[in-house]
Amino acid sequence: MSSCNTSATYTAKDFKSDVKPVWCPGCGDFAVLSSITKAFADLGLAPHETSVVSGIGCSSRIPAYTNTYGFHSIHGRALAVGQGLKLARPDLTVLVAGGDGDGFSIGGNHFIHACRRNVDLTYIVMDNRVYGMTKGQPSPTTESDWDASAMAPPGGTGMTPFHPLAIALAAGANFIARGFSGDPNGTAEIIAEAIRHPGFSFVAIMSPCITFREEQRDWKNTMRQTAIEATTDSAQAARRLMTDDGFNCGVLFRGSRNSYGKEKKAVAAVSDLDAEFAL
Amino acid sequence: MCGSGGAGVMTAANMFIDAAAEAGFYALFGRSSGPQIRGGEAAALLRLGAEPITSVDDTFDIMLAVDWQGVQRFAAELPLSKSTLIICDPSAGDVPDVYVKSGARIAHLPMKDLAKAIPGGRPNMIALGAVAALIGFPVGPLTEILGKSLKKKRADAYEASVAAVKSGAEAAASLGETKKLAAPTAKDVKRWTIAGNAAAGLGAIRGGIRFCAAYPITPATEVLEYLSSALPKTGGVFVQAEDELASINMCIGASYGGEPSITATSGPGLALMIEGLGLSMASETPVVVVDVQRVGPSTGIATKCEQSDLNIAVYGLHGDAPHLVVAPNSIGDCLLATQWAVYLAEALQSPCIVLSDQALGQSRAIIDAPADVAFVGKRLEAVAPTVEGEVFKRYANTASGVSPMPVPGQPGCQYTADGLEHTETGTPSSQASDHSIQLDKRLRKLTGFDYGNHWATIEGEGDIAVVTWGSCTGAAREAITRARADGVNAKLISLRLVYPTRPEHMAEALKGVKKILVVEQSHLGQFTRYLRGEYDLPVKPEQLSRPGPLPMRPGEIHTRLLSMGK
Repeated sequence: MSSCNTSATYTAKDFKSDVKPVWCPGCGDFAVLSSITKAFADLGLAPHETSVVSGIGCSSRIPAYTNTYGFHSIHGRALAVGQGLKLARPDLTVLVAGGDGDGFSIGGNHFIHACRRNVDLTYIVMDNRVYGMTKGQPSPTTESDWDASAMAPPGGTGMTPFHPLAIALAAGANFIARGFSGDPNGTAEIIAEAIRHPGFSFVAIMSPCITFREEQRDWKNTMRQTAIEATTDSAQAARRLMTDDGFNCGVLFRGSRNSYGKEKKAVAAVSDLDAEFAL
Repeated sequence: MCGSGGAGVMTAANMFIDAAAEAGFYALFGRSSGPQIRGGEAAALLRLGAEPITSVDDTFDIMLAVDWQGVQRFAAELPLSKSTLIICDPSAGDVPDVYVKSGARIAHLPMKDLAKAIPGGRPNMIALGAVAALIGFPVGPLTEILGKSLKKKRADAYEASVAAVKSGAEAAASLGETKKLAAPTAKDVKRWTIAGNAAAGLGAIRGGIRFCAAYPITPATEVLEYLSSALPKTGGVFVQAEDELASINMCIGASYGGEPSITATSGPGLALMIEGLGLSMASETPVVVVDVQRVGPSTGIATKCEQSDLNIAVYGLHGDAPHLVVAPNSIGDCLLATQWAVYLAEALQSPCIVLSDQALGQSRAIIDAPADVAFVGKRLEAVAPTVEGEVFKRYANTASGVSPMPVPGQPGCQYTADGLEHTETGTPSSQASDHSIQLDKRLRKLTGFDYGNHWATIEGEGDIAVVTWGSCTGAAREAITRARADGVNAKLISLRLVYPTRPEHMAEALKGVKKILVVEQSHLGQFTRYLRGEYDLPVKPEQLSRPGPLPMRPGEIHTRLLSMGK
């Protein structure tokens, strides 16, 4: 929460607060928090010039665990808050973080339009394919046949899982990557590159919830590092994503769109505005 | 003046207002239109005079119909009397029964034929010339305005319009007598021509707003149109968001970043923004929302006025969530009240809803230039802790209830803004004591603030108090003036600060008052219920109200005042 450290360089530790996370033992989000703070430090950022914005859910608790300017907002609206902040304060490094329910269900519309708008910020989704905070309901990325939940119908939802990376590509995101909480250093590198890349950068981080999805312990065996090669060709990226099994990690797409927004510049005094109405 | 879409009624009315401004008059120009995007029936409701006009009148002196297509749908909004002169084109067919029944005189003006006789001539310009001549409006300013709007672009259109206006004016002689406009007296005051929605936008910028994210909605869109062009000029940012949920939360993000932020909407949009307003309130991140009220509930009647968002604005937030609600009570006050709203929101780190309404927002008027008041939003600045390891207290439990608010980028003051209940440092907390401390703090900062005399517009003295708000204020004021001429004295109390309430100020304002009349435009009587629930009124108030879209008119308030004064 606080830091009086104003020295020129900061370590990952300087980006962490003293607040104890509410996360369960074994939650992947601990490692994601470490990857984020490591990325900030590796980029030479200062905590007071960095902002972490989130919505609601387990992973959305993350701002309070950092020593940055944080905003723990409301369910599904993190991207709106984050875009507003970045547009008002282009000088800040803005990172928006949250979970799959927050980002793709209640916040799905903002996700699509944030990709289109291409504000220069990084959006991290810690995807565990389940609602953890409300104790285990299926989320938009949950497999259609998963039914180990009180709220899921027998045989699962029958709904096709949301494909966030393909949707991000179709909607115009400028940088698309997948990371895994089991590889914190690799994930930190991806996050750093995402922050450096201009425009809207989307990083899906597979972050297991072993409390409600015990079988996700196995992700450490199935996730493949750098099995994919980044491309700048969206058609090629689309083909890769549509044949992807969800276990390939790395940077998938690097776009070249210009970031949203113009440089703020006053060309008139407030009193000049009266002329339009004065007789 | 009314007619079907494309008949040029609004164009003619706007030119008339421009000319009236040029000639030194005051005017109020409201509009009534159907739901059609383009075309459809439209009525320009004009009132002109030599003195400032803040209300619609009881009836119209002239009704000019370019054609009758769909115009009967407006009948209830176009009250006529026996002294009204209806001017219509004989080629447009019979005058609809609903207007004949009023007993108004009917005169025929062959606008189409007269226009045809002039190459490029248009019936709306014939109408403009006829109306001007009938009320004794000077021709000079009219042709001057035609010149300003047409000459440069289309010389032939200018010539045709001048000829058409002249032709209409000549034909007016045969139409009958109407009330003549009193000549304006030369005054040493600057006048403006402005609509309430643009005024709200300008007030926002004067108050320090530099960010707006919004989603288009009738009848608030003109606030956004104004801000989308004026904000970038003054170094600000305007964003069209994907919906109202994004709008309010983008504003909250920008405000957290240190930029005073605003959005504008109407009832359905306000409903969507309510959760965001709760976040603004709980995280103490200032934001201003202009709600230009229209007829509700649900989609209601999007283009017409009603004062029925009071309940959602005051009571709509879940939890115990005190916040600011202000209401402009004239077109000029749309500027002042919005500017004040920005000042209050920033000073008190609170959401502030500005409850404007369609009648104020979409009416264009010639008014005395609004005062340039000194309200500019300013937050309580933060100082970083100097002791190593000391935690910055973003939500410090101060005596005033207002806590220091840093701007991101300020070293040593990092904190997490949170809608979760929190401790003084912003750490999430589910403890009763923290909840109690923060609830008290958030209430105290609002109730302990000195709002000065701006909480209400109070005029005159009398045994009767007319308590009202928003666009009903003008009609109440005019009714009080008329009643005074009849020997009944009443006092006007128009609330600008709707929330938090000012019990002591209200008690003072109502001292000696024997009867109270509440005037509002709501079916449920939301304002009356609010007053009775929130204030300890000395007597049970009488209520004069109706739902939109029909406005409250001075005559009916006057009549009630006379019966109350007996």
